[in-house]
Amino acid sequence: MTRFAIPIAIFIALVVLLGVGLKLDPREVPSPLIGKPAPHFELPRLHESDKTFSERDMLGKVWVLNVWASWCVSCREEHPVLLDLAKSGVPIYGLNYKDKREDGLAWLKGMGDPYRISIFDFDGRVGIDYGVYGVPETYVIDKGGVIRYKRIGPLTPAFVKETLLPLVKELDRA
Amino acid sequence: MPRAAALLLAALAAAPVVAREAAPAAADPVLEKRVMALAEELRCLVCQNQTLAESNAPLAEDLRNQLRERMREGKSDKEVVDFLVDRYGDFVLYRPPLKATTVLLWFGPLFLLAAGFAVLLRRVRRRRKLADAEVDDADRRRAAELLAGGEPR
Repeated sequence: MTRFAIPIAIFIALVVLLGVGLKLDPREVPSPLIGKPAPHFELPRLHESDKTFSERDMLGKVWVLNVWASWCVSCREEHPVLLDLAKSGVPIYGLNYKDKREDGLAWLKGMGDPYRISIFDFDGRVGIDYGVYGVPETYVIDKGGVIRYKRIGPLTPAFVKETLLPLVKELDRA
Repeated sequence: MPRAAALLLAALAAAPVVAREAAPAAADPVLEKRVMALAEELRCLVCQNQTLAESNAPLAEDLRNQLRERMREGKSDKEVVDFLVDRYGDFVLYRPPLKATTVLLWFGPLFLLAAGFAVLLRRVRRRRKLADAEVDDADRRRAAELLAGGEPR
């Protein structure tokens, strides 16, 4: 019996290891931007193209930056969650990523607009500065302009309730 | 005749325009080679098992343009790679740097190999010792009987 104990133990350990590996999401690459100042941008707004918006306008406030696009399928799934989040008073700003202006505007008109302001990143440069690789992505930025959290993929009601709202509340108090 | 001349003129006038449109890729073969060589070393984040050089994802294209632009500005390969690592992390590197979090990645296989050899060596040694010990006088007598043609057992 002891003769098989060690191989079986190794086998079980391997199965557990591989099992955990299966559950990990390879798409969730840890961002090196966490804890660093949000990269600077100054982009035209989606609605009023003659006005710009910069992350510096938000210094002193806790805010959420959500990267979205009208061509993004998961954004459709995420949209109601964002609308609810906006209703709860969290300031959400949108980064319309590599989209056509008219498509972006039509999307917000048809589905509701959770964003205080959306900015228009036509060539995706600001997206690259923020390490965007899979829309939708969501950043939580604190009063000092430091990125505190990055979520890759759509927000879910559970994530908002268990992670995002508590974090925003905590940062608001700081 | 004037019409032909006009056509010719139009064609000549159009030629540089066409040429300019095709230019970016072939403009600087040396630069292009450098971009592609570096892109071979970098992982595309959208299709994670492809390099930036082979991926057709729009993001890969954007990132290749970023590489090209930065190289044109005279940045070194290291500066260009750092630009990407700052934004996307070590994950973009197909050759991750050696640091505390990657020690297991770099030396894990070597460690497993060494452990395997150690186990093998111990087993072989133990077996050899056992084999020596097991042959006693009774065994030798039996072997001699067998060799002499006696009935086994």
